Order: sequence, then structure tokens, then C-alpha cells
Amino acid sequence: MKPAWLTIFIKEVRENLRDRKTVLNALVLGPLIGPVLIGLILSAVVSRESNRAEKPLEVPVIGAEFAPTLINHLRTQNIVIEPAPADPERAVREQDEDVVLRIDQRFVDAWQAGDSAPLDLIYDSSHQDAERARRRLEAAINSYASQVGALRLVARGIHPVIVRPISAVDRDQASAEAKGGLFLSFLPYTLILGAFMGGMYLAIDTTAGERERQSLEPLLANPVPRWKIMAGKLLATSAFAMMSLLLTLVAFAVITPMLPLDKLGLKFNLGVLIFAKMLLVLTPVVVLAASVQTLIAANAKSYREAQSWLGLITLIPAIPSMLLMVIPVKPALWMFSVPLLAQHLSIMKLVRAESIAGSEWSALLLSGLLLAGIVAFFAARIYNREGLAVST
Amino acid sequence: MIEVQDLHKAFGAVKAVDGVGFRAEDGRVTGLLGPNGAGKTTTLRMLYTLMKPDQGHVRVDGFDAGTDTVEVRRRLGVLPDARGIYKRLTARENIRYFAELQGLDPATTRTREDALISALGMEDIADRRTEGFSQGQRVKTAIARALIHDPRNVILDEPTNGLDVMATRAMRAFLRQLRDEGRCVLFSSHIMQEVAALCDHIIVIAKGRVMAEGSPDELRARTGEVNLEDAFVKIIGSDEGFFG
Repeated sequence: MKPAWLTIFIKEVRENLRDRKTVLNALVLGPLIGPVLIGLILSAVVSRESNRAEKPLEVPVIGAEFAPTLINHLRTQNIVIEPAPADPERAVREQDEDVVLRIDQRFVDAWQAGDSAPLDLIYDSSHQDAERARRRLEAAINSYASQVGALRLVARGIHPVIVRPISAVDRDQASAEAKGGLFLSFLPYTLILGAFMGGMYLAIDTTAGERERQSLEPLLANPVPRWKIMAGKLLATSAFAMMSLLLTLVAFAVITPMLPLDKLGLKFNLGVLIFAKMLLVLTPVVVLAASVQTLIAANAKSYREAQSWLGLITLIPAIPSMLLMVIPVKPALWMFSVPLLAQHLSIMKLVRAESIAGSEWSALLLSGLLLAGIVAFFAARIYNREGLAVST
Repeated sequence: MIEVQDLHKAFGAVKAVDGVGFRAEDGRVTGLLGPNGAGKTTTLRMLYTLMKPDQGHVRVDGFDAGTDTVEVRRRLGVLPDARGIYKRLTARENIRYFAELQGLDPATTRTREDALISALGMEDIADRRTEGFSQGQRVKTAIARALIHDPRNVILDEPTNGLDVMATRAMRAFLRQLRDEGRCVLFSSHIMQEVAALCDHIIVIAKGRVMAEGSPDELRARTGEVNLEDAFVKIIGSDEGFFG
């Protein structure tokens, strides 16, 4: 004979799988939204970046005739010299041009006198694109300046290295996975949110919904302790949330290979083992979310009230993610005993191909399940309340 | 057999049930008659252990509802005032869900289920999802699932509420059949014709108290009224009670 909680679990899952709205929200739209959104954003970023790197930079120049050798040098740097607009300041302000180069007689005078020759880069730093164009143009001008400078030193019999006493070399320690992790920093939030969203409909349907449809009273007339009824429903809610998360990860696995990640020098550390670890990391939050939702939905007077409360609750998982965005922290062991924060840090570690220590695993699993247990205990107490079944 | 002793239940300052006591014997249809708000539903809810009485005892086949709660629920078949069925499940699935919760094995479930489906005449709707069922079809489904475990005692809260004439007649026949099988049938109603047509024993409740008790003939004799309706009005003390 089946235990009562299993009977209830199976019935709730079967009933909700037959509900088109629940299936669509929890198992189709919910899991797709995160991966699709990030896919779109990433491909937009990639196509922008690669366009910019390969495309020649068009720069309008005023007084090109004053510095023909500089202009020739710029041409070798994939920069196209264009005729200048009549009012360069205005053209830049109105975003008709990103950057305009202005050379005049003072440049020629200073150059011939051997002084530092001035020229103007007209741009608007509050526009991102303009800032990039300016940087590229300035780098090209600087490379010409240092070439000429080196030649002048050599002409005076001085080794050019004399004026470069230090040469700093960048040695970036970020692995391709870690760089990918930077792009995946949205992932913890997406998944934790999924844990809350996936089971929400069931949490409402199995408590407030069941009462509103007047089927709770007959159900409670059965010879089954109420806490077992609640346990079956809680498990069904958790199962839907887990299923939703699993589908989210599958969607990621399907979408990732379509992204031109290698172009950005990135690698996403997503694989079956990582997915399994992520699901394990998220399990306490799934049960916790289901318990909190059941507690609230059982306490609510109506379906609508439950819906609006649970809508508010969905903001909670955003808190640690937002905090971490503002105050980046170095993960410490105690943080792994704070549910949600622990999940956020652990998923980031997994994404960056770092390992989660045994102590961190036990901290995050124990604390999460303990808290879930406490909340479930209070939910069971609400189930034992006389007024639960009676909507008065 | 259901025995009720001196039940009290108050919601805040309102005394919904104020000292109700009676016996519902096996092989008899017992009717709980009273105007709306008399405390019938609250009394029944205490019988099927949905609510705990503030005071008093309920015994079902000798088991105390306060201490042997699960055993009492096993011995009761209940059609509550709220008779929602799961609309995304078929009628049969609704029935089987309760069979499993009652702890029946699959073979017994199968036999009982077929017997109830034919007794209630619901062969044509048994495997349809209950969404879109008529009121009568829903009540049939609710009764079938309430009786799936073959309970000795059957409690029904206003069982003919919302049923048309034909369905009401079928319901009455079904309740008599349950009685003839030797069960204890207890139902509540605010409709006198219904109680008069069906009951072997009538308990008249008003303002949370038992006003009178007996067979229809006894009640008529006691009040000196030939008409049962007049007898009730006399017992309750005013005709306002029925509408108030």
C-alpha cells in the first residue's frame, strides 16, 4: 500500500500536469526566459565587439594638410580620414560624429620648433561609442608620437630605452571559464528565482486553491494526519520547482553552443556534472521556497491574496544577488550557511570552475534544509488549525 | 452508530452549538432538521472531526472522536457542505484518490468502485474529467468517493442541495438503500418535506440546541398538529426561525 504522502504527491503532480497554465508557466516559459534572454544579450555583445574591432574607424579631420605624415600613419592603422563637418563641436554633441581630429598652424609651428605639437580630439565622453573611438584614435596618434620621439633620440645618439625605465607587462590570471563566469553572473539569480517561480502555482493551487474550490474539507475527512497531507503537497511543489530548474539548465545547455563564445575568449563551464552539482546546491532553496510558499498560501484567505503575497516573496531571492553586485565579497565559510547567499556564491564557484569545499557543501545543505524544516513545521501547524478548511 | 453528548462550540461570542446531544442508530435514517444558521453544519463538522468541540463528546461505533480521530474518520463516510471535486481528474480518479487515502488495496477499490458507480448510475460519466459536470453528477461523484471505503456510518450535509427533482428522488432512494444495508445514515436539511419523506428519526435543532426529537409521528403527536410543518413551527417557537 502506498503511504498517504505519496498518494497526495502523485495526485497533485498529475492534476497540475493537466493544467495548461501551470505547465506553460512553470515548465515552458519559466525555464526558457533566462537562457533565451542571455543568449540574445550575448550575441548582441559579440556582434558589436567583433564589428568594432574589424571595421575601419572613420575620423573626420580638420587641417589634414598640416600633418601629412601623421595622417599617413593613421591610414596604416585602419583609420579612414574623412572630410570634416563645418561645426565639429556640434556634430559631436549631436552624435553625428564620434570623434573629430583638428590640426592647425600651431601644430606646424611647434613641430618645426621641436616643441610638443598640440592637436584637438573633439568628442563627448558621455557617449560610450565616442569614448571607444577616441581611445583608438589616441592610441594611434600616441604610437606615431613615440616612433618619432624614438627617432629623435636616436638622432641625438641616445638609446630610446633610456626614456622608458619601466615596462609593465599584463599577466591576466583569469581563465577562460572565469571570464565566462563574469558573463554568467546573472545565472545564480536566474536559478534561485526559478526555484521560487517553478513551484509557486502548485503552492497556491494545493492550499488556497483547494480551499477555494471547496475540496479541502472532504480531503481532511480522510483518516490521514494533516501534516502528511501537507508533506505530500510540499513535495509536489518542490518537484515542480526542481523540474523547472532542470529544464532551465537543459535550455542553457542547448543555447550555449549556439553562442559565439570563443570570439570573446570565453568559455562557459556548463556540463552534466556541473548541472547536477547546481541542482544539489539549489535543493535546500527549492524546499525552503516551497515551505515558505505553502505557509503563506495556507494562511491566505483567498487564492488572490495568496497570489499577491507570493508575488512579493519572489523579490527575496534578488536580495543577496543585488547586495553582491554592489559589495563584491570574498566568499567566507559562514556565508555558506546563509541560504540564498550560499547558493549564489556556490553557483558562481561552479561556473568559474572552482571547487566547493566539503565544509561549504555541508554548511549550505544543512543550513538550508534546517531552515526549510522549521518553516515546514510552522506550515504543518497552520494545517492543523481548525479554520484551515473553512472559508468563512 | 453515532452518539453525541452535550456538544458546545463558540466562534468568538457567537454560540453556534450550545449543548447538542443525540444518538443516530444503525439501520436508521436520522435527520437533523433546522433553519439556516441553527448550528447543523457546525455540529456535523465536529462529528467528522474537522472541528474540535469546546465541550462534550462524539462517539462513533464507540470510538471517541477526540482521542481516536483517525479510527473515527475511517468509520465515517462524509459528504460535507463543501463538496468540491477535482475538475482536472476524471470521476474515477477522484474516487480512487480517496480510496488510496482510506488505505484500500487496489482489488477492493476496484470492486467497491464498480459497485458504487452502478448504484449511483454514473457508468457513462465515470471516465470523464469532472470539469463541466452538472450539479447532480458532481454530487454523485462526491458521494461515491465518500463511500468508497464502505463506512458503517454516513454523514451528509444537505445532500439534496441544488439537485433537481429527479436527482433528489434518486438521492432519497440511495439513502434508503444505505439504511437497508444496515448503515447509520445521518443527514442535515432545512427542508421539511425532505426530512418527512426520508427519516425514521428526526432531531430538530434551532439556535444551537436540540428543540425536539422523535419519529415524525411522535413529533406530530407531541405538538398536537396534524401537519408536520405546523409541528416544526410550533417546536421552534416561531416561523421566523426558518428565515432569520
